[in-house]
Amino acid sequence: MMETDSNSSTASPEEVARFTAMAETWWDANGKFRPLHQINPVRIAYIRDFVCPHFNRDPMGTEPFKGLELIDIGCGGGLLCEPMARLGANVSGIDAGDKNIAIASLHAGQGDLDINYRQQLPEDLVKTGKTFDVVLNMEVIEHVADVDAFLAASAALVKPGGVMVLSTLNRTLKAFALAKVGAEYIMRWLPTGTHDWRKFVKPSELARGLRTNGVEVSDIKGMVYHPLQDTWALSNDLDVNYLVSAVKPL
Amino acid sequence: MVRSGSGPEIQADVLIAGGGLVGGTLACGLAMGGLSVIVVDAQDPADGLDAAFDGRASAIALSSQRVLEGLGLWSSMEKASAAIKEIRVTDGDSLFFLHYDRRDVGAEAFGYMVENRVIRTALASRFTDLDNLTLLAPARIDALERNPGDVRATLADGRTIKARLVIGAEGRKSPTREQAGISITNWSYRQAGIVCTVAHEFSHDNVAHERFLPAGPFAILPLPDNRSSIVWTEREELAPELMALDDDAFLAELEERFGDFLGRLEVVGPRWAYPLSLQFAERAVDHRLVLAGDASHAMHPIAGQGLNMGLRDVAVLAEVLTDARRLGLDPGAGTVLESYERWRRFDNTLMLAMTDLLSRLFSNDVIPVRLARDLGLAAVNRMPPLKKVFMEHAMGLAGDLPRLMRGERL
Repeated sequence: MMETDSNSSTASPEEVARFTAMAETWWDANGKFRPLHQINPVRIAYIRDFVCPHFNRDPMGTEPFKGLELIDIGCGGGLLCEPMARLGANVSGIDAGDKNIAIASLHAGQGDLDINYRQQLPEDLVKTGKTFDVVLNMEVIEHVADVDAFLAASAALVKPGGVMVLSTLNRTLKAFALAKVGAEYIMRWLPTGTHDWRKFVKPSELARGLRTNGVEVSDIKGMVYHPLQDTWALSNDLDVNYLVSAVKPL
Repeated sequence: MVRSGSGPEIQADVLIAGGGLVGGTLACGLAMGGLSVIVVDAQDPADGLDAAFDGRASAIALSSQRVLEGLGLWSSMEKASAAIKEIRVTDGDSLFFLHYDRRDVGAEAFGYMVENRVIRTALASRFTDLDNLTLLAPARIDALERNPGDVRATLADGRTIKARLVIGAEGRKSPTREQAGISITNWSYRQAGIVCTVAHEFSHDNVAHERFLPAGPFAILPLPDNRSSIVWTEREELAPELMALDDDAFLAELEERFGDFLGRLEVVGPRWAYPLSLQFAERAVDHRLVLAGDASHAMHPIAGQGLNMGLRDVAVLAEVLTDARRLGLDPGAGTVLESYERWRRFDNTLMLAMTDLLSRLFSNDVIPVRLARDLGLAAVNRMPPLKKVFMEHAMGLAGDLPRLMRGERL
């Protein structure tokens, strides 16, 4: 059920419809979302290794995120929310697509995980005044209609002293060649039309957008694919996929 | 949805079917990696510690010893182990031989010989130290259901278990593998392995001997206290006759193959005969299921690598599942299991092919084949780099090693 609120929305209707159509296959590691399943360990490790020192936690411990309030914006089928819950966080997941939320809730139930899923847009959640220790914005910015409004809403959800972790695609020719043409047309990893290259965001634009909203970037890392091993790894090459960690000072 | 069960459901991250050398070691590794583990074993734990239950001894390669060390199992086995400091390979009564010395690779030893009951004793005591490890034995899994989100097992006594992943480590005839419908490639070598322990007059000086006799390899492997473990490969049809001989006649047959270089011999304890076959499961993973050790791959004992390959499964699985746990990933997720399969598959195939080739080459008395392999042995002996490669394989130090095998923390 879409909210009846007709104010400016950050999710474009075409994007919502496209992902909802693919939602059933979210949890098939060899299905359409295989790339997300493959990058998941790399991005989770990045999140963990930033969040743990920030909040003074042991990353090797059993529940290093215990007690942290965490929100995953654009949670999809819950690929990120479930690991975050197992690491001990109190997890909320919001997504613009109601089918995604239904699938994510169903799957969390199968795994006995307690996750607060809700079909909601970040700007609507901001109105409730709720804030979080950790805000995740992973692989969503490249799909939103208004990046500035989206970043403003996301930043407002971070508690003072809290953190935000983002990942997205850079707007470079290399990203166009690899992430758009390569992944969608040649490798067929992603359905054609998954990404619109013009919506890709440069790291400098992201940093500026966050700073305007009181959030300071503290680290940027690239994420690259090794074709021979069929694996992903962190790298200093920011040209295609990159991850950003940021802090909202107290 | 407990079906036929009575009593409370027992929950854990991982259910291991089979608590033997591989299943037991794996349980320790997973528990140390922070996962909760339930082990179900058909055997009464007390039986396994008796020498009459399993008279075999295992060759523990250097890399395997590191795994046992890293899992807190080695300290209690060390006293009851014998280091292998030299390996002498000979071909029947031919003069050509291959000699490996630990000093050539700058190691303390190539590996160690440990009696299986010593390993079982170490496992039993380690099990009691680890909080998140539960052993249910003797117990049998009656029904196993693999659902989208979990695995549910019902034991014969009605207890029920819920886990995220089931690991089949019950050996060659793994019911978990059979129930999952994973087929195996299996062929018999038409050979039997006769195993016994001998006491001898003189010290073995920590030298292992492998002799290639016409019926197959005959190995003399050092044990503590002037004893050696014998692995005697014999033609399938001859094994029952040898096993039926009285002690004196059996000793006479043994002496004929063993020789007198260690003085007077005496067979101590019972003797066993095992049919030898190669077996390879078509895949080591399935939905929320993993196979480890002989359940996945069982090979010819020619190179003493069966348990070592099983312990490599253990080291890789413990690493993959511990890393997954530290990332909050579901231990039964397809991507997690896939990384285990990918890591182990090539290695296992290579080792199976190597041991198969060796056994075919050396269980053979055709003159040209003998000549070729004698020249081969002599040639390898004179080429230090090639010899080093062979030794590194035997020590388990070749390939992409998991952390436990590199002597690092899990």
